[in-house]
Amino acid sequence: MRLRLPSGRTLVLALPFLWLSLFFLAPFLIVAKIALSEAALGIPPYAPVLRWTDEGVLTVVLNLGNLATLFSDPFYFDAYLRSLRVAAISGLLCLVIGYPMAYAIARAPEHRRNLLLMLVVLPFWTSFLLRVMAWIGLLADNGVINNLLLAAGVISQPIQLLYTDFALYAGIVYCYLPFMVLPLYATLSKFDPVLIEAAADLGARPWRAFLTITLPLSLPGIIAGFMLVFIPAVGEFVIPELLGGPGAQLIGRVLWMEFFTNRDWPMAAALAMVLLLLLVIPIAWFQHMQGRASR
Amino acid sequence: MQQANIARPGSAEPWRDPEAEPYVRVINVTKRFGATVAVDDVSLDIYRGELFALLGGSGSGKTTLLRMLAGFERPDSGRIMLDGQDMADVPPYERPVNMMFQSYALFPHMSVEQNIAFGLKMDGLPRSEIRDRVAAMLELVQLKGFEKRRPHELSGGQRQRVALARSLVKQPKLLLLDEPLGALDKNLREQTQFELVTIQEKLGITFIMVTHDQEEAMTMATRLAVMNHGYLAQVGTPAEVYEYPQSRFVAEFLGTANVFEGLIKAEGPTGALIESTEFDAFFQSDTDPPKPEGARVFVAVRPEKMRIRRADVGENAGTNRLVGTVRDIAYYGDFFMFVVALPEGKSIRVSRPNLARLTELPITWDDRVAVEWEPFATVVLPE
Repeated sequence: MRLRLPSGRTLVLALPFLWLSLFFLAPFLIVAKIALSEAALGIPPYAPVLRWTDEGVLTVVLNLGNLATLFSDPFYFDAYLRSLRVAAISGLLCLVIGYPMAYAIARAPEHRRNLLLMLVVLPFWTSFLLRVMAWIGLLADNGVINNLLLAAGVISQPIQLLYTDFALYAGIVYCYLPFMVLPLYATLSKFDPVLIEAAADLGARPWRAFLTITLPLSLPGIIAGFMLVFIPAVGEFVIPELLGGPGAQLIGRVLWMEFFTNRDWPMAAALAMVLLLLLVIPIAWFQHMQGRASR
Repeated sequence: MQQANIARPGSAEPWRDPEAEPYVRVINVTKRFGATVAVDDVSLDIYRGELFALLGGSGSGKTTLLRMLAGFERPDSGRIMLDGQDMADVPPYERPVNMMFQSYALFPHMSVEQNIAFGLKMDGLPRSEIRDRVAAMLELVQLKGFEKRRPHELSGGQRQRVALARSLVKQPKLLLLDEPLGALDKNLREQTQFELVTIQEKLGITFIMVTHDQEEAMTMATRLAVMNHGYLAQVGTPAEVYEYPQSRFVAEFLGTANVFEGLIKAEGPTGALIESTEFDAFFQSDTDPPKPEGARVFVAVRPEKMRIRRADVGENAGTNRLVGTVRDIAYYGDFFMFVVALPEGKSIRVSRPNLARLTELPITWDDRVAVEWEPFATVVLPE
């Protein structure tokens, strides 16, 4: 009998599956296991799910208490809601700022487009943390903005900019704007401007032509850009921690707190699980929309 | 080149009537892009109900002129009048003019129906009227049953008809067509030429069409303008421009022409006699010479207006007769094109309809032939 070797195609397809199983599915199952276990004092700080009783019987001990707490304690619920709202508003702000940018780049003369795109991506060349820190220097009470306003005589007292919602949104929008601009640019650069002429020719004023032609045709880019901003922004920890106010208890901060301050791994794991589910829904919706657009 | 202008029964010729009021007036219009002059001091009158063709090669300024009529470009100087109204400050979305784009520019996210209804919607017409007018248009362009299709689900010919319906549904005073048949294959193009002319006559809308295809312009247009480097080389009916080209450019651009150089010899009682400066021959025309005696002129003779036969022994060039050797014979199916090399080095082209089924040609390669034509075929070019 001859041994049938798997074909090259199977191998090529198997590799990413293997990768995902090893580095995504396995960690996910571990997190799920921790989320369903009880907190305990020790290393690791949770009780095993599978254990032997004294009689030598293997028992499974599942603890749904953490998940129950998540849904019953308004503290967590509020943190989720706030995170989703902050992410959604950040996504919209990025869209409003990023759309004109992407449009301008797509309409710029061809030889200048690469330079403009470079400028959009340029901030990525420095450390993320450094860039967020730089905003502290800008927004602090004795920071650049307050000093300028004081010197210009616009204000007589420094205004509170740092540790406010303004600072939080400024930080998120600043950091995630390229993720909005790039997919928008990709869609808008494929857009044929003769369609705008056709709309104008048929009686559409510029604003009307934008709403009826340009906007619907750039919808895939808008959705992609929004998702690329929204999804990481929901779980964002560094920006709210460094720039946001004390009231902004976002889910990323709560998770950090549970994990490192309270050392309640099962609770932190449960938080992470629910966060993942919250993100899977918009991603699935996004893919559904993409599939529909390409049909 | 066939002369097959699609018959227009009883069509008037308002351009011959000095009393007639032009519908579209282009008055001394100039448009520059940077250092290049795209449209150079063009003046043109077009009458109501015409199907006017702007014919020219790429870069001749025909598309720029069309875009100025649509309002996408503003003339640097000069005026454009439509039905007595100055169009200078009227933006495209307020002009009673619609355009059929070369790429059709159909909205990909809208169905056939929505594409056609778009212009009516922008005008804020009631829903029921939009529905009726869209249905009437679908009928006119024979696209009933395709209402819900998206543009990418249509063939090239169907897309072309959606574009036509979309630009006609608003009943514009003027329809502009940018290479309307350019994207269609040859058979479909011929059929669509007839359809377009039929629709134009049915609706009575004035059409201005841009094309680089001379056959398209000749067969469809009431009149045409040949453009070159931004200026109008000649304006007239297809037959006028073909039979009486005013310049060497027009003679050679429209159809094929053998062009010779000569000096006006004498103003004979009937027509002009021109002495060739290239051969030992004369050209006799039946029209009066455009220039005084001794002036240098070009003479054009169309290949289909020449006769070709074996030369007699010792026969030489004479008046309206050239003698040479057959260098090449091209078989087109419906006609032959002979390339005859003259002893002076120049080649001329002579065509001959394929009257009998090809068995044996009486004239073959390397034969010594005489090429002759009647005085009416000698066109003396004034420019």
